[in-house]
Amino acid sequence: MNPVTQPAVSSAPTEQLKIVIVGHVDHGKSTFVGRLFYDTGSLPEGKFEQLQLIAERRGVPFEWANLMDALQSERDQNITIDTAQIWFQTKKRQYVIIDAPGHKEFLKNMVTGAANAEAALLLIDANEGVQEQSRRHGYLLNLLGLRQIAVLVNKMDLKSYSQERFNAIETEYRKFLGSIGVEPKCFIPIAAKHGDNIAVRGANMPWWSGPTVLEMLDEFKVAELPKDQPLRLPIQDIYRFDERRILAGRIESGTLKVGDRLLFSPSNKASTVKTIERWNAPSRDTASAGESIGVTLTEQIFVERGAVAALETAPPYQLTRFKARLFWLGRAPFRKGQIYKLKLATQEAECEIEAIDRIIDSSTLGTISRKENEVFVGRNEVAELTLRIKRPVAFDVHADIVTTGRFVIVDGFEVAGGGIIAADNYPQRTSDSLHKSDNIYWSHGKVTDEQRARRNGHPGCVVWLTGLSGSGKSTIATELERELFNMGKHAYVLDGDNVRHGLCSDLAFSPRDRQENIRRVGEVAKLFADAGIICITAFISPYRTDRELVRNMVLDGQFVEIYVNAPIEVCEQRDPKGLYVKARANEIKEFTGISAPYEPPTQPEIALQTDQLTVSESVARILEYLHVQDADTAITI
Amino acid sequence: MDYLSKLENQSIYIMREAFNKFENLAMLWSIGKDSTVLLWLARKAFFGHVPFPLVHVDTTYKIPSMIEYRDRLVRDWQLELIVGKNEEVLRTGVTFPNGKATRVECCGTLKKDGLKQVLDKHHFTGVIVGVRRDEEPTRAKERYFSPRDKNMEWNVEDQPPELWDQFKTDFQKGTHIRIHPLLHWTELNVWEYIERENIPVIPLYFANEKGERYRSLGCAPCTFPINSNAKTVREIIEELRVTKTSERSGRAQDKESEDAFEKLRRDGYM
Repeated sequence: MNPVTQPAVSSAPTEQLKIVIVGHVDHGKSTFVGRLFYDTGSLPEGKFEQLQLIAERRGVPFEWANLMDALQSERDQNITIDTAQIWFQTKKRQYVIIDAPGHKEFLKNMVTGAANAEAALLLIDANEGVQEQSRRHGYLLNLLGLRQIAVLVNKMDLKSYSQERFNAIETEYRKFLGSIGVEPKCFIPIAAKHGDNIAVRGANMPWWSGPTVLEMLDEFKVAELPKDQPLRLPIQDIYRFDERRILAGRIESGTLKVGDRLLFSPSNKASTVKTIERWNAPSRDTASAGESIGVTLTEQIFVERGAVAALETAPPYQLTRFKARLFWLGRAPFRKGQIYKLKLATQEAECEIEAIDRIIDSSTLGTISRKENEVFVGRNEVAELTLRIKRPVAFDVHADIVTTGRFVIVDGFEVAGGGIIAADNYPQRTSDSLHKSDNIYWSHGKVTDEQRARRNGHPGCVVWLTGLSGSGKSTIATELERELFNMGKHAYVLDGDNVRHGLCSDLAFSPRDRQENIRRVGEVAKLFADAGIICITAFISPYRTDRELVRNMVLDGQFVEIYVNAPIEVCEQRDPKGLYVKARANEIKEFTGISAPYEPPTQPEIALQTDQLTVSESVARILEYLHVQDADTAITI
Repeated sequence: MDYLSKLENQSIYIMREAFNKFENLAMLWSIGKDSTVLLWLARKAFFGHVPFPLVHVDTTYKIPSMIEYRDRLVRDWQLELIVGKNEEVLRTGVTFPNGKATRVECCGTLKKDGLKQVLDKHHFTGVIVGVRRDEEPTRAKERYFSPRDKNMEWNVEDQPPELWDQFKTDFQKGTHIRIHPLLHWTELNVWEYIERENIPVIPLYFANEKGERYRSLGCAPCTFPINSNAKTVREIIEELRVTKTSERSGRAQDKESEDAFEKLRRDGYM
């Protein structure tokens, strides 16, 4: 064996590139790395001799793989168990080589290695051809966001260096990669054991005119930091040092300047950058992607770890559900109905599977079908699914912004899966303080309120039912709607649960979100009333100020507040949705009447004691107040 | 961004994650170049402060000037230092320098067990350690956040997945996590950073009149200098760019058997 030692490089490298070596078990990944190091003169002094000695002592053939397989258990079994990293240098740059295990059992270690790389070399044994993990690794590399991939067809010596064999494997594997949208940089035939086409061409494959592995490596590009994308600064922590309140974090994308107005999601608070903090570094008024910095703000607002700072003009989504492509590594499956922890940038929140669209065998690309009652993603499977999160989280679509577009799932104490957020019709939330313009006026049409009222036989108004869960709001509302309809009136019910499916699906139940929920419903009710419709709303709407806000939105006399009043014991006994049981068991937090306050109206237009009145008595009281009479067009349903 | 800044920013990110996630956090400080760079990075991360105690496991066999250097930095940088010693073993004298233990056994009691005693006493659940992947092959397999069970054992065959900077920060009571912010640095990177930041390092790393310098520091009886004429940080960098000798070649305890160091690390050694 003649090592082709390159002259040691003494000029300083200007860049570093991380490459992961993946592929099916026994296709020669660790051997390739050992040989690459030997051929480039990168082995430390005495290492080659030490490897020879180990082989001799154990009475086994010499193995290049033992360079990377540092664990006794790895050498004993001749397999790589865990990923390892090793460095070498060419004239162009320094390389970090990440060796990943090829055994299915250690897929989580392969993922660990690959997720940290910028480029990948995928090895395929010329003799065995494309195998289960060859395909699975290809699929996962793509999912992990690796776009620079080259394929090495190894052990060409076992196939007499046959060009036909190489071409056949290239055709087959290229087709597979193409079907998942991967365009490999190139295929190279090699024999790692003998060094063919690694650092030098060798004489065994005269038909090969393409690059050696070493030549090809230098063609890979170092990943560029996304400085020109929208700003995302996930807050890691808040420090109080030297009488300054510093928000610490790493800019994941974009650029930040002193004076920038920042919006913090999902709390929707805004403030302005006062200073950018660094220690023992030249002071600069800007910072961009990749920098771990601190910022101070001009106005002190409440910000905590997990918040994502963005420019007001391009905020992330803030929702309680998203679609994703997920891979599962956990021993126990990822089950619907079970609660897990989601980690996305520095945010953490409880989440669960809402629906699974498809489960994919990442090797065959086939769909895995399960019985209807078995909704889970098993170990090493990939799924397209919708996740529901207990509270709104700030996120982006992975294809737009990588770091805030991916997440991991924690099961118990372990990171058990990861995923990337897929594109969908996500509503972009605008905050109360945002995008306000003084140049927007209410546009009046040519039909007046009076004309509308005459045509309809009644003016529009908002009948606002408020009260505890179980007090009878929805029952009264739907009954009232039917009565009005029968009388030929135009009436429509806005129901609390219904709006939370769409209009307010991004909101949770914190006081702030409840307030926003009511504000939006109020705005919609106002439009209905303006259109001449009797809009009936059935919302707990526990806060007095929120109801006052809606009252002030509409014209005088248009807002009819109805206090649907029943003692909490009665409501709890009725419990039509089983919510009180859950609230008492602490399964629902912030439940009105139990763990969150209810502020009864002080001067409602109507108060209905529903523990004493029947539904029709209640409806009659409302109709009486509204002075409605049968119209000529009345029909009965 | 140049690659040293990339390494630095990543280490700061890790250090801040650790500080946020672990209430009882400490940092091991061996007085060597790596843990001194680590200390510098902590000051970077926390704007000149080191908001957790440093732990030095003192075997009492350290090269004397290391202790002087340690105490000076503690004073100058206003650090909180906890010194741990395995008093019982030191009293009974079952150590390598006394000829009553092998080198590896001595490392096991004075360093590994000494560390465990400090962790137990102060209930630390997170320990920041300055090991690097390029130092030694089992360290090449480490995670940034690496769990240890209640006996400090490292289950190297079943390490947690680690991706996209989402680290293992959930753990069972009684276990602890080793945090390795320098894992992705090489020996050369460490010296290049020392040069860039002008970090004070202990003079033992520079060649003396006899043309010898320490490349890696440990206990006096088991650590040997290498032949070198590198008298400045710049000369060390030049030397490392061409050397083919491994960093720990002067550390005798690594060589007692094929898997001596692996066994030590599985048992909880740094």
